[in-house]
Order: sequence, then structure tokens, then C-alpha cells
Amino acid sequence: MKIVSCDTIAAISTVIGEGGIGIVRISGPESFKIAEKIFRPKTKKKFNELKNRTLYLGNIVDSKNDIIDEVLLAIFKAPYTYTREDMVEINCHGGLTAQKRILGLVLDQGARMAEPGEFTKRAFLNGRIDLSQAEAVIDIIRAKTDKALSVANRQLTGSLSKKIKEIRSDLLNILAHIAANIDFPEEDIPEADSEFILKEITVAGERVKELLKGAGSGRILREGLSTLILGNTNVGKSSLLNALVKEERAIVTDIPGTTRDIIEEYIDIKGIPIKIIDTAGIRQTSDKVEKIGIERAMKHLKEAELVLLMIDISRKLTRDDKNLIELIRDKTAITVINKVDLPVEVNEDEIEQLVPTERIIRISALKHEGIEELKEAIFDTVTEKMGFSDEGLIAAGERQRKVLQEAHDFLDMAIDAMDIHMPIEMVELDIRDAWEKLGEITGDTVSEDIITTIFQKFCIGK
Amino acid sequence: MEYKVGKYDVAVVGIGHAGCEAALATARMGLKTVAFAINLDSIALMACNPSIGGPGKSNMVREIDALGGQMGINVDKTFIQMRMLNTKKGPAVRAIRAQLDKRAYSATMKHTVESQPNIDIVQEEVVKILVEGKKVTGVVTKTGGIYEAKAVILTTGVYLRGRIVIGDLSYSSGPSGLFPANELSKSLESLGFELGRFKTGTPPRIHKDSVDFSKMIIQPGDEKIFPFSYASGEIQREQIPCWLTYTNEKTHKIISENLHRAPLYTGEIKGAGPRYCPSVEMKIVNFKDKTSHQVFIEPEGIDTNEMYVQGLSTSLPVDVQIEMARSVKGLENVKIMRFGYAIEYDFVIPTQLKPTLEAKNVQGLYMAGQINGTSGYEEAAAQGLMAGINAALKIKEKEPLVLSRSDAYIGVMIDDLVTKGVIEPYRILTSRAEYRLLLRQDNADLRLMDTGHKIGLINDERYKKYMKKKKMIEDEIKRLESVKITPTAKTNETLEQLETAVLKSPSTLAELLKRPELNYEKLKVLDEHRKELPLEVIEQVEISTAYEGYIKRQIAQVEQFKKMENKKIPEDINFDEIYGLGFEAREKLKEIKPLSIGQASRISGVNPSDITVLMIYLEMRRRKSLHEEF
Ligand SMILES: Cc1cc2nc3c(=O)[nH]c(=O)nc-3n(C[C@H](O)[C@H](O)[C@H](O)COP(=O)(O)OP(=O)(O)OC[C@H]3O[C@@H](n4cnc5c(N)ncnc54)[C@H](O)[C@@H]3O)c2cc1C
Ligand SMILES: Nc1nc2c(ncn2[C@@H]2O[C@H](COP(=O)(O)OP(=O)(O)OP(=O)(O)O)[C@@H](O)[C@H]2O)c(=O)[nH]1
Ligand SMILES: [Mg+2]
Repeated sequence: MKIVSCDTIAAISTVIGEGGIGIVRISGPESFKIAEKIFRPKTKKKFNELKNRTLYLGNIVDSKNDIIDEVLLAIFKAPYTYTREDMVEINCHGGLTAQKRILGLVLDQGARMAEPGEFTKRAFLNGRIDLSQAEAVIDIIRAKTDKALSVANRQLTGSLSKKIKEIRSDLLNILAHIAANIDFPEEDIPEADSEFILKEITVAGERVKELLKGAGSGRILREGLSTLILGNTNVGKSSLLNALVKEERAIVTDIPGTTRDIIEEYIDIKGIPIKIIDTAGIRQTSDKVEKIGIERAMKHLKEAELVLLMIDISRKLTRDDKNLIELIRDKTAITVINKVDLPVEVNEDEIEQLVPTERIIRISALKHEGIEELKEAIFDTVTEKMGFSDEGLIAAGERQRKVLQEAHDFLDMAIDAMDIHMPIEMVELDIRDAWEKLGEITGDTVSEDIITTIFQKFCIGK
Repeated sequence: MEYKVGKYDVAVVGIGHAGCEAALATARMGLKTVAFAINLDSIALMACNPSIGGPGKSNMVREIDALGGQMGINVDKTFIQMRMLNTKKGPAVRAIRAQLDKRAYSATMKHTVESQPNIDIVQEEVVKILVEGKKVTGVVTKTGGIYEAKAVILTTGVYLRGRIVIGDLSYSSGPSGLFPANELSKSLESLGFELGRFKTGTPPRIHKDSVDFSKMIIQPGDEKIFPFSYASGEIQREQIPCWLTYTNEKTHKIISENLHRAPLYTGEIKGAGPRYCPSVEMKIVNFKDKTSHQVFIEPEGIDTNEMYVQGLSTSLPVDVQIEMARSVKGLENVKIMRFGYAIEYDFVIPTQLKPTLEAKNVQGLYMAGQINGTSGYEEAAAQGLMAGINAALKIKEKEPLVLSRSDAYIGVMIDDLVTKGVIEPYRILTSRAEYRLLLRQDNADLRLMDTGHKIGLINDERYKKYMKKKKMIEDEIKRLESVKITPTAKTNETLEQLETAVLKSPSTLAELLKRPELNYEKLKVLDEHRKELPLEVIEQVEISTAYEGYIKRQIAQVEQFKKMENKKIPEDINFDEIYGLGFEAREKLKEIKPLSIGQASRISGVNPSDITVLMIYLEMRRRKSLHEEF
């Protein structure tokens, strides 16, 4: 009995640190197909002409054909590989952020984020690792699995799990009703009303979609967590961006209204890819170009996942500042007090009273003071509010995204089925599948659901 | 004084619904069988409602039939009313339910069992199970008779330390005025079995002439009768109606005012009862807002005036029962012939059994039916059949027969029992089945008749008939997939008449059949060369074509499921020896002793990482054994 895995997994395998070389590894039957889609070799060779175990220079491109990173790629044909499956290794230059964006692309193409220890497990189950090492392997897998589980559980104390539980309980009501109708047709239980069911599953589908937008690290890996610097003109937004990316990216002048377009930069804070967005300072203005810039900033504000609200402490607060504070009331935000190297004009207590944010960080963008503290605060906020941090969490996040997507697909199927007047017990199958999927995220799997989970996690067999 | 009576292959203790199937199966598989009952006039007695079937349950009866069991055949012989349920829903959840002539069913089953070669029937109470080493050797009866047997199947129903409760009265008794079995529990306990205690109840039976049917709604049977057994062929029979009436606020008031006398609430009854079958007093307490509940008046048979009052199950004191019944419309002058009661009884915690229903700690000892914590005639019969088959296979030294959750409702039920145990009397429900769409009542023969034939319970004649049906289905599906309908003016006119979209390009009949607004019958006008086919064939063709997408999805899920089920855990595994298992998982695995990784994964307390560890261990074992071979 040879154990054959039926899906393709991927992970960042060696993390040497920012700027160093890291490897994105792919293993499984789809490895080559996936790599082909995102790799543009410098040689004239077609992908299927690439030689086994040979490094090829080339670019990784995204769906718009934009270059993400220059890499060295090698393919390894089964069975003479670590896992005894087809494997691809992508050596990236561009630091952790680039590696993660590449991983995101690979996942987009259908690979699954590897479970902790899964490469090792596959190597073992496929007969690559010696029996004498079995206990060591078990230790590794056990430790990694348990850690990942505990991390994932911690992450789920937050609002995501609450929202999913709400959706599940709505779906459960429908399921129970349909089941009662099926199992007890002669009791006087009113028939589940199909219009009501349609309404409920449509709503549930929309709510899952909403979660899908926010959740999942696949997108964040690719795009970074969008973080908007918001503030009045001339408070030092562009200076902060430059301080964060450690290079002169944005033009800084003492003329208010310098930045008129949107500038985006990727940075990496302790493994979390972050897209910093510098915007036009927001104020009442009659300048047409500046006005357009402000409108854009407002649009970005809506979409931003994190806002750095910047206040210049060397200047009296204006009505513009106060308007801005109102704008971020329902956003995840950090208040950044800038220019602390200058004489203080605003009472900090006053700021504390005004702003709705939990964290207030004092910096000097010019002197690069307080930048580390700010990064720390960003990291904490992101991990607390969005449950997103180290490798384990990224994996958990990616699984969540997949599961949410699948749940959403099932709900769509249910809606389609109702549209063409499929019998309700068929629709029920779709709803039940969606409900069980969502349960995988919250861990609310009745024992039946656990089977499904295991099939996904340990896909082996003849 | 003890004396030796005889030597048998199999002893079946109890000739209820489980015992009949068990004994018939072992005898038909060629084994010398003895079967005991406390009273031979109560063979296959329906102690509660005189009806068999319903969602999930009818699937199981047909599964029994496809495996060569008896229930379906005898139901078809003795029903007095037949209904197809869930007709407004799709075919996947349809179910048939029969009202039976209770005495006729019991008598027919008795006659079937007594006429079966290889079975001796004895009216005796079994008091002791004989075990040598870890192996069963026979049973001892109350009169001291020793019956040697290679296998013993316990199907004792609700009799073990049975105790009836009505109001503040309680006494040791079996159901329906029969003797209880007060000794066997002790024997089980001394063998190390852990017993639990459940309760169930039944409503009053009333005299037909005291009922005013003019105040009730008639519930006739269906015109078209769908028999339970694939062997029955078409049935025409005059049917007897049931009647529907309702409880009202007065009824509820009477109950509420007497709750202090209800043993369910005074603490007199301690065993857990079934949630899905609450007594009327529980319905009123739990659903205060409902001002009326349905009450069905069902005939207990043709030659009797007794009627069953479905919906008034109760253990309230007798005077309250009378008052309560008389408050119901149409029952104003009712005469109760037998009062409702609750019965408490011992059952064996079913996780002590293997999926073959053999006890883990006593070889050759099997259990089936209510003794395993289930409830219902169909559930009992299904287990009885499986226990009988497995006892016979074991004696013949053949591979056991374990149906999986994707094969049959029977598989779902037994897996639930032995893997998860029970917290209340277990009843099959369609929602317990993951692959409901595949486990339909209409296709039980397609799922199981091969197995039934292979183990020798389906004879060649029946099997041939089945093969013919199967071929007709396959041929017709192929034909529908190949016949193309072209979009001529005439076809499109016909399609318009059928209120469905016209064709723009050629389409097969199968594709058209997938449209929810069309069916096989309606497509006739477009399908000139169609042969006349039996209804049961058309049904299969329609279902597998119209729901192809869903069916395929479930089949794919089943394949995933099977991968884990097929990873067998050897019986001699020592979980204490496995490095890296969690504490709780280890204890649970030792207790349940799962046969496959799939079953292990369904045990609560066994985590995914434990499963990984288990799989790695099995892989190590496999490789080690390879080494030893070379
Ligand atoms: C009061 C009552 C209410 C019920 N209510 C419901 C309900 O609400 N829903 C539902 O689904 N089902 C109900 N039923 C359950 C249904 O009757 C049983 O589940 C079914 O009959 C069980 O079948 P069985 O073969 O396990 O046992 P039974 O049909 O009870 O047969 C047991 C057999 O064992 C024999 N026996 C027992 N002990 C010994 C012994 N020591 N020696 C020799 N013979 C022995 C008896 O004589 C009998 O032949 C009820 C039953 C009763 C009695
Ligand atoms: N002293 C001091 N000056 C600062 C600090 N941060 C920014 N400045 C100065 O403030 C001025 C405006 O800085 P920018 O970074 O261009 O400000 P901005 O918010 O991007 O402005 P607009 O794009 O015009 O909205 C420049 O002269 C910066 O040098 C600081 O921390 N301390
Ligand atoms: Mg600027």
C-alpha cells in the first residue's frame, strides 16, 4: 500500500530573514502546473522543457503579468525528492514580503497551505524517512500541529468566530427545520417556507462574502495589509512613509498639499506584509487637483484595513483635524503624534480625549524616533484585531479563506438550486455542506464534521 | 437442578423483532439454532404502535429485505394501510409507512420462524450465559436447562429488569402484561458488562365503539401501494383508515393540574427516555405555547376493536388518563381497554460491542435490538439480522459483514452505536446519514442485494430478478443519454406545451429529463421508441438522471470517506505501545477499539494529531512486517 497524496501543498521553507534568500516550496501532483503559471524563465525554453534539478533564472509574475520578484527556480521530479512527490523550489531574493507574495500566488493557483510538519509527514508516509526516525517525526508533527491549533484557537476568540457562529446558527435553524419536515412528516410541523429559506441563505452568503473580503492571509500575503496614513496637510505623512520604508520614496516639502497622488509601499513588520498608503493631506481646499487627491484618499480610507491617524503636535488642532478624528471612529486605527522634536502646541490630554483609538504613539518622522514603537503598535493591533501574525497564523488564515470560499460556493449552489426549484432536501445538502465547512473554522465540528476535516488534512490512500 | 438439553450452533435469546431476524438468518445460513421467548404468543409483538416504516426506518426495512431478512415480506402480508410519506418532497426522502394488523403480523412471524428448518423454538426464560475463558459456550434457562451453543445472540428487548410505572404505581413487569426477565442482567454484570437504564412509554388502547369518528378527520391509505419487499410484486388490498383528532386546552389543563402525579416529574422515573417520542405530559410542559397536539386513532387490526391512540403516550395515573382522553374531541365517551404506561429497563452500553455486534470481551456473544439502547422495531430487526449474519459467518470462519455509513442506514446506526454510544433510546433519522441521497429507500436492492446473495440469504431466483431490473435501469439510462432530440418546430411546440424552454441545439433525452419541470412520463411524447418499463425501473432512471449532479458529489464524498474506512486498524494493536498519542485519545481508543482510521476519527476526544500519530504507527508496523517477510 503506497500512500498517495491527492493535493498540492506549499509553504515558505527557509526563512533567513529580511533581504536574505528564502525558499517557497511546492509539493504534490499540481506543482509543475502551478509553477508554470507564475514563472517566466529567462531562457527561451518552455516550462515543460526545463531540466530536472536545475536552477533557472526568471521572474515570478502575478495575474496582471507584473513582476513580483526575480527568482531561481528548480523542479524536482517524483520520486527522487524529499516528499517523493513532484516538487518545485523557488529561491527568492526579495525578502520575506516577496516570498509571501509569491506564496500567495501559488495558493491562488490551487495549492493548499501546508499543515505544520506536513512536508515531513509526507516524506515519512511516502517512505522517504527511515523508521528509526519515526519518533522524532511524530514529535515534530505533534508539536507543530498542537501549536498551530492553539494559535488558531487563540485567534478565533475574536470577532470572526463570533460572526461565523451567528451565521452557522442561522443555517442550523434552517437545517433543523428541513430535517424535521423530512423525518417527521406526519407531525404538524409547518413546512419550512422556501421564500424564507432563500432569504436566509442569501443573507448568509452575503455575510460569508463580507468575511471573505476581510479574512484570509492569501490576499494579505499578496497585497499586504492595507494601511492608510491619514492626516491634515503637512503633518508629516510622507515623512513617515519614508521613515517606515527607510528610503526617500515620497516627496517631502514644507508646502502643505505636496502629496496629491496616492503612494503605496510594501513593508514587512515581523512577518506581516503591510502595504503603506500615503495620501493627500485632508483639508478644505479650493485647489482642484488637491481636491481630487482628497477624494481618492477618502476612497482609500473606506477600504483601508488599518489607519494611522497623524496629528502634528507642533500645531494647534484645526477643524480639519477634528473632522478626521470623526472619520475614523469605526476603523481599526492608531493615533500617531508627530513632530515631538518640536515645541508642543497641543495638549496631549486633549488628543487622548478626542481620539477613539486604543494606542497613541509619539514619533518624530524627521528624526526617525519612535518608529520601532510604532511598528510594535501596528503589529500588536493587527494581531489582536485581525488575528494575524506569524507563520502559523498565516497558515490558519489561509485555511480560513479557503474554507470560507467553499462555504460561500455551497451557499451559492443552494441558491441556484432553489432558483430552479430543486426539491428542498437537495438544497439541504448544499446548506449542510456550507454549515459544516463553516464549522471547520470555529472548531464546532460535531464528530461527523471531524471526518471531513481529516480528509482535508490527511488526504492519503490508494 | 441443571440438565443438558442439547447442542446448537446458535442460541437466540428473545424472539422479538431482532430475535426473529437473527434466528432466521442463522438457520437459513445452515446453522442449527435454538430461540427462546418468555412467551411464545408474543413473538414479534408490536408493543407500541401498530405501524412499521417512515423516514429512515423504511429505508432500513428495505435494506433488511435486500439482505434477505424477513420484516418487509411479512409487513406486506399483514398491512391494513399503506402510505407514501414526503410525497411533496423529492424522491430522495420519500418513505413508506404501513399500519399493520398487530396480531396477524405477530402470528405470521411466529409461523415463519416455526416453519423454518433448523430452528427450535422454546418458551423459557434464559437466566445465565455460559462462558469459558473468553468464549461463550451456551445459556441456562430458569428451569435449569443447559443449551450449548457456539454463539449466543441476546435480543431481549425491554424485558431486562423491566419495571412498569403508572402514576405512583410501579411494579416489576415486562411490556404488555408479560413477565420481565429479572435474572439475566446479573449474569451480564458478572461477565463485566456495563449496563444502563432507559425508559419508554406507550399510550392507552381504546374501544372502537366508544369513539365518535364523525368528529375526526379520516386518514385513508394510498391508492397506489408500494410494498416494502422487493419480492412482493404488486399488491391490491382493501385498506382500513386511521383517524385524526386533536388535544385542546382542556386536555392540557387536566395534564398541567396533575403534573405532581406524573412519575416523569416526581422523580419516580430515572431512565432517560427518547426526545423524539415524548409523552403527552412532556409535550405540554416543553411546548407551552402549543394549544393543541395531533392525536391519531389507529386500528390495531382487522379482527379487533382495540385502537391505538398515537399522541397520548403517558404514564399519568389511570384516573387522569381517563379524564384526559375524554377531553379530546371524538373521545368524549371513550372506553380505555389498556392504560398507557412507562417502562424502565436495562440495556447494555453499546460501545462494548464490535461493529459486528459481537461483544468485545466475550467471543461469540452478540447483542441486537433494544438491549443495545435502540428503540423501534425496524432498528431492532436490522440489528438482529446483522448479528445473525455475523454469528453465522464467524462460526463458518468467514469474513464478517460490516456495512459502512455509505452502504446503508443499518451501517450508520451500528457505527453510531458502537463508536459513540447512546444518551437516549436511539432511533434512526435521515439526518444521521451523511450520504442520505445515496441511501434511498428505492435503491436498497441496488446497494445490498449482491451482498445478500453472496452470504446466501437471497436465493438465485430473487437475485436473477434483481439482475434483470438492474440491467433494465442501466440500459435505459444509456439510451436516454444517447437519443438526441433535434430542435424542430414540432419538438419545440411540444416543449412549449410542456411549459419548458424550447431547444436551440440538439439535446439528449437525459438532458431534458434533468429539467425540474419535466419527468419521464411527460417526455413520452418526444420519445417514440420507448419500451414499456416497470415503474421501479423508471423511478431509478428518473432519480439518477435528474439528480446526477448531487449524486456524483455524494459519490465523491463517499470515496474520500472510504479511504479512511479502508485503512484498517489491526485487532491486536496495543494503543499503550503507540508513541505520541494524547492521554484522552489513548483511553478512548482502548475502550472503543476502532477497526479503521475512519472509525477512530469519529470518536470524541481523538484529535487530528492523534490520527496522524496513529497513521504513522500503522505505517511503521507495515514496514516492519515487510522486513520480517524478507
Ligand atoms: C411500552 C413500550 C413503548 C415503546 N415505545 C416505543 C416508541 O415510542 N418508539 C419506538 O420506536 N419504539 C417503541 N417501542 C420499542 C419497540 O417495541 C422495541 O424497540 C422493539 O420491539 C425492540 O425489539 P427487540 O427485538 O429488541 O425486543 P422485543 O421485541 O421486545 O422482544 C424481546 C424478546 O425477548 C424475549 N426475552 C426477553 N428476555 C428474555 C429472557 N431472559 N429469556 C428469554 N426470552 C427473553 C421476550 O420474550 C421477547 O420475545 C416501545 C416498546 C414498549 C414496550
Ligand atoms: N521637525 C519635524 N519636522 C517634520 C517632522 N515630520 C515632518 N516634518 C516636516 O514637515 C513638513 C511636511 O512634511 P510631509 O512629510 O511632506 O508632510 P505631509 O503630511 O506628507 O504633507 P502633504 O503631503 O502636503 O499633506 C516637511 O518640512 C517635513 O520635513 C518631524 O517629525 N519633525
Ligand atoms: Mg505628503
